[in-house]
Amino acid sequence: MNESELRACTRKLLADVNPDAKGDQRIPFRGAQFDHGLAWVSFPEGLGGLGLAPKLQTIVQDELHKGAETYFEDMYINPIGIGMAAPVVLAYGKVEGKRELLRRIFTGEEIWCQLFSEPSAGSDLAGLAARAVRDGDDWILNGQKVWTTLAHISKWGLLVARTNPDVPKHDGLSYFMLDMQAPGVEVRPLYQITGEAEFNEVFLNDVRIPPEHMLGEEGQGWKVAIATLMNERVALGGGASRKGGGPIAILLELLQGADGQRSKFEDALLRDRVAKLYIESELLRLTGIRAKAARHSNVIGPEGSVGKLAQAEIGKAIWECCADVLGPDALVYEHGYELRQGRTSSTDSKLHAKYNLLRSRAYSIEGGTSEIMRNILGERVLGLPGEPRVDKDVPWKEVPRS
Amino acid sequence: MLFEFSDEHGELRRTVRNFLEKESDENRVRELMASEQGHDLTCWGRMAEELGIVGLIVAERHGGAGFGMVELAIVAEEMGRVLLCAPFLASAVLASSALELAADEAAQNEILPKLAAGKAIGTLAFSEAASPWDLSGIAMAAESSGGKFRLSGEKIYVLDGHTANEILVAARIDGELALFRVAADASGLVRAVQPPLDPTRKLAALRFERTPATRISVGDVSDRLERALERAIVALAAEQVGGAQRVLETATDFAKTRFQFGRPIGSFQVIKHQCADMLVEVELARSAVYNAAFASEEDPESASIAAQMAKSYCSDAYLHVANRNIQIHGGMGFTWEHSAHLYFKRAKASELLFGTPSFHRERMATALGFGAH
Repeated sequence: MNESELRACTRKLLADVNPDAKGDQRIPFRGAQFDHGLAWVSFPEGLGGLGLAPKLQTIVQDELHKGAETYFEDMYINPIGIGMAAPVVLAYGKVEGKRELLRRIFTGEEIWCQLFSEPSAGSDLAGLAARAVRDGDDWILNGQKVWTTLAHISKWGLLVARTNPDVPKHDGLSYFMLDMQAPGVEVRPLYQITGEAEFNEVFLNDVRIPPEHMLGEEGQGWKVAIATLMNERVALGGGASRKGGGPIAILLELLQGADGQRSKFEDALLRDRVAKLYIESELLRLTGIRAKAARHSNVIGPEGSVGKLAQAEIGKAIWECCADVLGPDALVYEHGYELRQGRTSSTDSKLHAKYNLLRSRAYSIEGGTSEIMRNILGERVLGLPGEPRVDKDVPWKEVPRS
Repeated sequence: MLFEFSDEHGELRRTVRNFLEKESDENRVRELMASEQGHDLTCWGRMAEELGIVGLIVAERHGGAGFGMVELAIVAEEMGRVLLCAPFLASAVLASSALELAADEAAQNEILPKLAAGKAIGTLAFSEAASPWDLSGIAMAAESSGGKFRLSGEKIYVLDGHTANEILVAARIDGELALFRVAADASGLVRAVQPPLDPTRKLAALRFERTPATRISVGDVSDRLERALERAIVALAAEQVGGAQRVLETATDFAKTRFQFGRPIGSFQVIKHQCADMLVEVELARSAVYNAAFASEEDPESASIAAQMAKSYCSDAYLHVANRNIQIHGGMGFTWEHSAHLYFKRAKASELLFGTPSFHRERMATALGFGAH
């Protein structure tokens, strides 16, 4: 199928099924999109795709944008399901009814979450301790997972557990899809610095997993997990924000509104700090554009790798500066700390800034700490040697842990 | 398109790098920085003739190559990488731009071909003690009688001012800023070397005492000279990126080969993370320079802002990496023998030249109306 045939096929879908039906009508439309092979064109025919090159997916999205009033972002419908679970289920799934499983991922009828991190395994993910032990053909799972977005509304979880503690850490892991409604799975909200719970903790007590729910083979868990995380990178690789947008716009707005209660010197210092942050965030944006231009001409340099680290550090600094621009007013936290689920959004810049002073503490932790990012830049981009490893070639159970 | 470099750009960079790696290695830099002249006219002539980069941004009708800021950034980056000792910034950028943007046709026709061919060295004397980088603060005023002009007073931090033979001076006449040409052997002109913090770039103080001068501009040239200075600022920022990249490579190579406590020091996170932070700064600095270069061709409105951003960020970044490079090298980094001090001096002097980072941030903040009620 060539580009114009793919366009025609997408238009036919739009003509056959109303994409803009009211209510929760996205399910039939997205189901039909799956059935037409337009969910993921690179997937095989019959499994939501047409066996085409992945880049042709943009043709489908383009036609959907043009032909439908309501356009559902995949990442909004089922971020982990579509971004991470679908490719892994396709590549490693053994379960019967793979087609139905993929279809429900795409329609969003079944939300997925990711059960990787543990209280004792963050940056050192491969050191995780959740234990799966054989019982006949089944596996019995015990342990605790943390930072699990969407766990409270998920049907399925992508899970890595230790199936063999007697081999080095990377070799003893296996990968499962976990039925989140199975007995012994308990999801609790995890309250964070803002008093909200954006994430969950998941407790696993004698949870029974059937053998066909293992993705890949026993002991292959790390390999499958790496593949999943690669998909996450692709899925989360966002575009550059527009000029003067984002956090820096809030900082400038607050500076504009600040009244003259500061001394001349304090004012000059603050102004210089704001100017510095403005430049940094503008250069961060430009570096993103430069990375895109470099990819375009196939000359990939280090400009693509510095984004996460720079964005985290600059973002934190901007929100800190906002509080200093607000001055004593930032002593008052209007949102309050009542424990609750979800995430606060605020249209008032002042309140938004106060909230983000707290929320931004995670920028340099979530999705890879700044320290891990510096290791990656140092080792993979600059070619510096790694740290000597005390946990390499040692059975996992003999590695010291907290 | 923003950040789209052509194959020709790549070829230009390779040609300049190959030439400079041979003609401006560290030994050569050390020889030239110890000399009073500070550059090698034979090499300068070859850069004009063989590479055509002395007249890089001079219009073709004036004997130049007629290239723009993107090409200038590429060439200046390579020069900064090797600490080239040459009157490039003074003559090929600042004086050439001042002539091209602010001088009358006759002066352009007479002087630019000589500068572009490397047959003469030009410089622009504009800094005064009371207002080194702000053109609006220039106080030197020309005496005029019968169409003849005479200059009195002092200009300082004049790049290659002791060796230049085409001396341009920014001074006032009836309050308007004008461009003057002063002969190198003019009466009442005393040129004195100012021993530079960065010995790879020479500075001079030019003292004028009723020195005859020719006015070579029409009307007030404040804005036009500001544009010329802006080009020099972007070229300097590009040099800073080239130098910073080289320093990052030096520090990283050392961290891979220097063993302490039985392992390469680069395997310690405390060193590795410093190198990673250096990488981030170098990459953001590179974006700043390329943005300024592309902006001056595609988006003149934002060109001044882009230049201010580049000069302030690249200055800070270069100084940080040059500083960390010394620290990573430990005792070796403090020796005369190692190159680390050459880059540190260049970094610090470039930070100060044409205005500190906070000077440019303040200009940017004012232009963008930060905090204006």
